[in-house]
Amino acid sequence: MDVGSRPPASLPPRLLSSIKAERDVSAMSSGMKMLLLGVTLLLLRAAGADLSGSAAPHPGPVLSSPSAPPLGPPPGAPGVALSRSAVEEEQEAEEHHGGGYRVVQWEWSYVQTPYIIAIWLLVASVAKILFHFSQRFTTVVPESCMLILLGLVLGGIVLIASKKQLYQLDPSLFFLFLLPTIVGDAGYFMPARLFFDNLGSILTYAVVGTLWNAFCTGFSLYAAKLLGVIDERVQAELMDFLLFGALISAVDPVAVLAVFEEVHVNEMLFIIVFGESLVNDAVTVVLYKVYISFVEVGPGNVQTADYFKGVASFLIVSIGGTLVGLVFAVILGFITRFTKKVRIIEPLFVFLMVYLAYLTAELFSLSAILSMTFCGIGANKYVEANISQKSRTTVKYTMKTLASIAETIIFIFLGISAVDKSKWAWDTGLVSCTLVFIFVFRAVGVVGQTWVLNRFRLVPLDKIDQVVMSYGGLRGAVAFALVVLLDGEQVKAKDYFVATTIVVVFFTVMFQVGAALLKILVSSHVMKPLLNRVSVCSQAFDHILTAVEDIAGLQGYHHWRDKWEQFDKNYLSKLLLRKSVYRKSELWEAYQKINIRDAISVIDQGGNVLTSARLSLPSMASRASFPEVTNVTNYLRENGSGVCLDLQVIDNVPGSKVEEDMETHHVLAGNLYKPRKRYQSHYSRHFMPLGEKERQDREVFQRNMRSRMETFKSTRHKRHKKERSLKKVNILSDLTCCCSVSDPVVVPVEPEEDKADHSDPEKEEDVGITFVARKAETPKQRPKSVPAALDVCQSPPPHTPSPPAADSHLPWKGSVGAPPPCVSVEATKIIPVDLQQAWNQSISSLESISSPPAPAEPVHPRVSALSRLGGPRPLSYTGPTAGGSPSAGPPLPQASFSFPERKKKQQVEEEEEEEEPGASQEMQPLMSPLRLPGRRNPCVYLRSLVTTPPGGSSEPHSHRPTQL
Amino acid sequence: MGSRASTLLREEEIEEIKKETGFSHSQITRLYSRFTSLDKGENGTLSREDFQRIPELAINPLGDRIINAFFPEGEDQVNFKGFMRTLAHFRPIEDNEKNKNLPASEPLNSRTNKLLFAFRLYDLDRDNKISRDELLQVLEKVDVEQKMSIRFLH
Repeated sequence: MDVGSRPPASLPPRLLSSIKAERDVSAMSSGMKMLLLGVTLLLLRAAGADLSGSAAPHPGPVLSSPSAPPLGPPPGAPGVALSRSAVEEEQEAEEHHGGGYRVVQWEWSYVQTPYIIAIWLLVASVAKILFHFSQRFTTVVPESCMLILLGLVLGGIVLIASKKQLYQLDPSLFFLFLLPTIVGDAGYFMPARLFFDNLGSILTYAVVGTLWNAFCTGFSLYAAKLLGVIDERVQAELMDFLLFGALISAVDPVAVLAVFEEVHVNEMLFIIVFGESLVNDAVTVVLYKVYISFVEVGPGNVQTADYFKGVASFLIVSIGGTLVGLVFAVILGFITRFTKKVRIIEPLFVFLMVYLAYLTAELFSLSAILSMTFCGIGANKYVEANISQKSRTTVKYTMKTLASIAETIIFIFLGISAVDKSKWAWDTGLVSCTLVFIFVFRAVGVVGQTWVLNRFRLVPLDKIDQVVMSYGGLRGAVAFALVVLLDGEQVKAKDYFVATTIVVVFFTVMFQVGAALLKILVSSHVMKPLLNRVSVCSQAFDHILTAVEDIAGLQGYHHWRDKWEQFDKNYLSKLLLRKSVYRKSELWEAYQKINIRDAISVIDQGGNVLTSARLSLPSMASRASFPEVTNVTNYLRENGSGVCLDLQVIDNVPGSKVEEDMETHHVLAGNLYKPRKRYQSHYSRHFMPLGEKERQDREVFQRNMRSRMETFKSTRHKRHKKERSLKKVNILSDLTCCCSVSDPVVVPVEPEEDKADHSDPEKEEDVGITFVARKAETPKQRPKSVPAALDVCQSPPPHTPSPPAADSHLPWKGSVGAPPPCVSVEATKIIPVDLQQAWNQSISSLESISSPPAPAEPVHPRVSALSRLGGPRPLSYTGPTAGGSPSAGPPLPQASFSFPERKKKQQVEEEEEEEEPGASQEMQPLMSPLRLPGRRNPCVYLRSLVTTPPGGSSEPHSHRPTQL
Repeated sequence: MGSRASTLLREEEIEEIKKETGFSHSQITRLYSRFTSLDKGENGTLSREDFQRIPELAINPLGDRIINAFFPEGEDQVNFKGFMRTLAHFRPIEDNEKNKNLPASEPLNSRTNKLLFAFRLYDLDRDNKISRDELLQVLEKVDVEQKMSIRFLH
């Protein structure tokens, strides 16, 4: 039962910490049992190390699980059967047979390992949530401290329950799984520029500082031993102490990351301490190995050559590790260059290659941490450029998640391990001496090195920096894992070392960092967020400095960086970057980014899009104008037969209810965003659907810009407003009403046309809401517009080029007697493609001719109302040829020259606005020039309407207003 | 002068330069030898062509700009003193200098002077204003050449 004592031979000794606690558990009260069961599960080896089937044959310490009596027999240990060893399975099989067929079976042994891992992660995560419930609490106590405390509590519970620590941090688990996740995250997101800018300092602290710490601590401890401060029981020689010094002296990346990120030290300080903690891995590994071999050989047999071998080993381990990392970085970059078709596995490549870099380095016993770090640093630039935005996000979040959870586990395990008394032996002398020496030497080392470094550094490290650095020299899980790895046979004092390491780790993490002093120091110091990007400005500075270095003939840092950048640009990037990325301008990227951010921020602010002005204006206007419209109708009725067709339309002017609906529709269509699709029409394992979010961002941006344009324009034309007469206001309100009536007519047509005629992705906008209007409007208007259109397509060429302005402005409603001048989709399509352009040109020329003149003579108010009714509106849309408008207007070949046309249109529009300031101003909110192609359709539609009246057949009527 | 190389740099000249620019003696002599090596015409002054001969500068997007900065307005020759004066802008500010407070003349490497120097790099027509076009020119130049450098986002 007590498997730990008789492990299967195949198990590596360090896996023996696996535990089965059920025996004792079963003796306890059932309530307690439940609790303990949970705890026990947690403590069972959490991660992959267990997958090998680390378990011993398990006689079946039947925990008659109180929670699940009906769950069938308690075969092979409902509690914790550790694996499905052959014996166990046999047993199980027998029992199953014996019991006959069971409806429900207790398959704990089957799911055990992943189950425990999952539970473990769950508890760790929940613990994190709980810690962060209280803001004030977490600002006072670092999270890592809380996790260690939690670990202590959990460990204590288990200890009470089983009289024996069941689990402690397993070195192989730590080094193969937990550490790489943290280092990988750190390396990949390392601010490379900052790292290399401070490389000199980092290397100094990492190499010189660590060596200094290791030797001083080792020798001092030995001296303390000789002086009798350390108890006699600690059987350790000089070599043992040096070994211990080596492993205890290294600053630990896990702890540094955990604590420094939490307290937000300034970026330079962070990168120096963190970089040190990464790079000193090589030093620690080498020292550790060298000492181990020395201890094995025996100090007496060490020859001078061995010391040199040690130095050589250091170089090989560090440089070799770096090279392995860089090689993998290149491979990774190269692979991601070709993942365009399989975007979905891009993140996987990143994780795999980075992890492989770590494992490969470990394979050759090189510095794995260095390897992984440099793989991350090196590949980041190319990978980030190659992979899609989504993959980038995936990589980022996955790495952060993994690192965070690994860190949590490490700290909890540290706490748990500390409780196991059997693993360590206490010696006050050793512990206190170590603590004192570590802090003293760290402080001395930092001050000394900083003093030297400050003579070379452009930005000197000031006193507070030094204090933080001395304080921040955190020892952590790496040291602990290393000390656990020690061979108790050779290092007699291992247990003492373990105890000391635990204390040191706890002390450094909890007291040092939790110290209010550090908090105060740091908070009063600098809290700049990590600045990872290189702005255009700093690029300019780089170039300036490089140029000056070149002129001065110095082969300095900037010179070499420039050389590297040239090399990178000429060779590496060509090799590792996609062609499309390679050519992409950075400025463009930045511009895009800024735009998107802008758009999002506007939306976050609640959007000035939905202003009260826009909401109220149309509806008020239309309400006021309703009687006006009727007047117009009457007027039209009185005047000639040509109106008939139009009269239908006007008679059909919907009731106020419908009108309100339409207003609502417009407001909504103008301000709401396209509904998100809930369902994907198809599912593919290999491709991600097009980003809903991206589309939304774009939409947000476009709307934002549009509304800005509107406000800009309306302010611009405010002055004109005052010049207008009251009458005009009325007319305008008519106008608005009409707009609101007619606008939706066109809209419904858009979607189909959009898709049919244009490939422009943006055209897909406004599919959703616009359909609302269709019900209300389409039926009335469509039929009428079709015949009109037919007319149009034939009439334009023979246009008389000088119709009075008022006439030319007459829209479908206003064009008295004009045989239905509307253009419909179907109609315009009839125009041959090659003629289209000519037609457009003729229209635009007409436009320019017709627009300037205004009705000179005083007109009958109604007539002017009439003319204005149509006039301004089409004009504001005089997109010559309404380029790019897909729907109602001449929809055919314009897509190609749509953009210039739009510009032109704006120009024309501006001219018009000078002429009809009020009108256009009122128009703005409803139809701004910036509308998306889809939304611009109305203009096209109307535009063709405008141009029609002058057409031959309509001429007699069109002149009428002026004659009046 | 060039042919006589650095030997011609007299002590009092060095002292003078030292005072003005804050460079150390050894720095001055080293830069002087650089100066003479750049001075192909061997006439004690550098012309624009001399600068343009530096291969690294040719590929530097801001190279022309920097070279311009070495030449006072209207001149196309720069002597060693002017050379040093320009370079002095790039000398780091040291702590003891910060406290010294020289009211008489601000050192060339003061914050203000550095900013002024950077400003002049953008101010092409030297009207003490950076026009939109000037800014665009500089930025464009940087970015066209820099198309490749993808920043480390996040």
